[in-house]
Amino acid sequence: MRMRSMLLARAAPWISAALLVLVWWLGVAAFDVKSYIMPTPGETLASLVRHWRPLAANGAITLATTLVGFSATLVFGTLIGMLVGMSRLAHQAIYPLLVAFNSVPKAALVPIFVVWFGLGAVPAVITAFLLSFFPVVANVALAFSSIEPELVDLIRSLGGSRRDLMVKIGIPRALPYLFASLKVAITLAFVGSIIAEVIGGNGGIGNVMLVASSNFDMPLVFAALSVVGVLGTGMYALFELLDRHWASRSARPSGLQGIENAS
Amino acid sequence: MSFIEIEAVDLIYGEERTGTLAVSEASLSIRHGEFVALVGPSGCGKSTLLKLVAGLVRPSAGRIRVEGAEVTQPLKTVGMAFQNPTLLPWRTIRDNVLLPLEVVEPYRRRLRQDRAANRARADALLEAVGLSGFGDRMPWQLSGGMQQRAQLCRALVHQPSILLLDEPFAALDSFTKEELWHVLQDLWSRQSCTIILVTHELREAVFLAETVYVMSARPGRLVKRTDVRVARPRTLETTFEPSFVGIVQDLRHAIGAARCA
Repeated sequence: MRMRSMLLARAAPWISAALLVLVWWLGVAAFDVKSYIMPTPGETLASLVRHWRPLAANGAITLATTLVGFSATLVFGTLIGMLVGMSRLAHQAIYPLLVAFNSVPKAALVPIFVVWFGLGAVPAVITAFLLSFFPVVANVALAFSSIEPELVDLIRSLGGSRRDLMVKIGIPRALPYLFASLKVAITLAFVGSIIAEVIGGNGGIGNVMLVASSNFDMPLVFAALSVVGVLGTGMYALFELLDRHWASRSARPSGLQGIENAS
Repeated sequence: MSFIEIEAVDLIYGEERTGTLAVSEASLSIRHGEFVALVGPSGCGKSTLLKLVAGLVRPSAGRIRVEGAEVTQPLKTVGMAFQNPTLLPWRTIRDNVLLPLEVVEPYRRRLRQDRAANRARADALLEAVGLSGFGDRMPWQLSGGMQQRAQLCRALVHQPSILLLDEPFAALDSFTKEELWHVLQDLWSRQSCTIILVTHELREAVFLAETVYVMSARPGRLVKRTDVRVARPRTLETTFEPSFVGIVQDLRHAIGAARCA
């Protein structure tokens, strides 16, 4: 019984994905939708195979710009988050600005970046960074601002410095917050670089989609979309794995798992 | 010569004029190795007085001296324990206990050389509070009472001369609580440190302390001092003896008066 339910849990995401593809296929077949409106899964797969070379090359470009933008998020998001979380003055001075910046639609900024930096990878990197860094700042800031006052007293009463407080408590305590936000950030960085490629790029998977849809080559658009989906999921999974590996040693198993194991 | 000397201390939180007066004209002196309990209605500034002694807060008026030297910055020879266990969830119980040694001199400088000795010291403390064999567990695997025992070990591992306890048993059920009274009594008779215990539980104060001070409602003033002349080691039986009950009754009256005052 236990074995079977575990197998089912493993297979569940694949089964639901297969069902989704089936519904898509049946829908297209039943309503006789033209391929230049909506291709079947088969046509998409065929296009994927036929154009695998440009798809792979442009996918690699998108992946590279995403990772560069994401690295900037990792560095600056963590630093700004620490600053905002530790200093009340910094929080007062910077945080409202960050919220304001974050509520500006990034898609609207891409043309500006194109004017400033030209077509190419730079606007995509910047957009990926801008879209992904806020959750990291917010989470890291929360981690540092929510340190228990008792722990601050404890370290101070031992003659510890501010640095001791950071090294012994602040940073290890912030790691789970950081990893949780990185999972969100990597997906957002992906969205950011693709938006930039669609609006003002000369390469990348977003650009492939732009060109393909202007040629009414819907199968290629969908093939590109599936590449994006796979890349995004892969990145998320990677960070999920890192999260579990590094930061969750201290976490007790969640209540839901407990219930399932008990039954 | 007293070990801790508190002279006419006032503490105002916030601005000088508009802030709230948390502690008012507190004066007391504590001998070396004395076990003192501070009791009083909630919000009366008991915990604040602890922070003042630790040097975490500076008094607005008056003076605090420890071993003759005025306290102007956080003391480095205190151990603290709080109502919440505040163990670090990413560290094992043993590593939690060892935390102070990573911060306090002179242990800090000798961490490498003394690793084995430190480990042995932590394990000995854990054994003394009834947690032998739990050193490698993570905090979430322990019950609240066990976490509180571990916290006591953390407060004592660097052999502080002053132990400041801020309602450490307040969140525990009464059986666990009474068990831990004995644990603390044993620890105190073994390590000769000066203890200030803040509590709102009168039986606890009388069971553990040699001297009990009653504080009034805010602004906190010391309104009564009681010497507990009950033989040690005290047991649960002791708490039912008339002399013990009499002291608790007296304190209860004093607190009742202090609340209305």
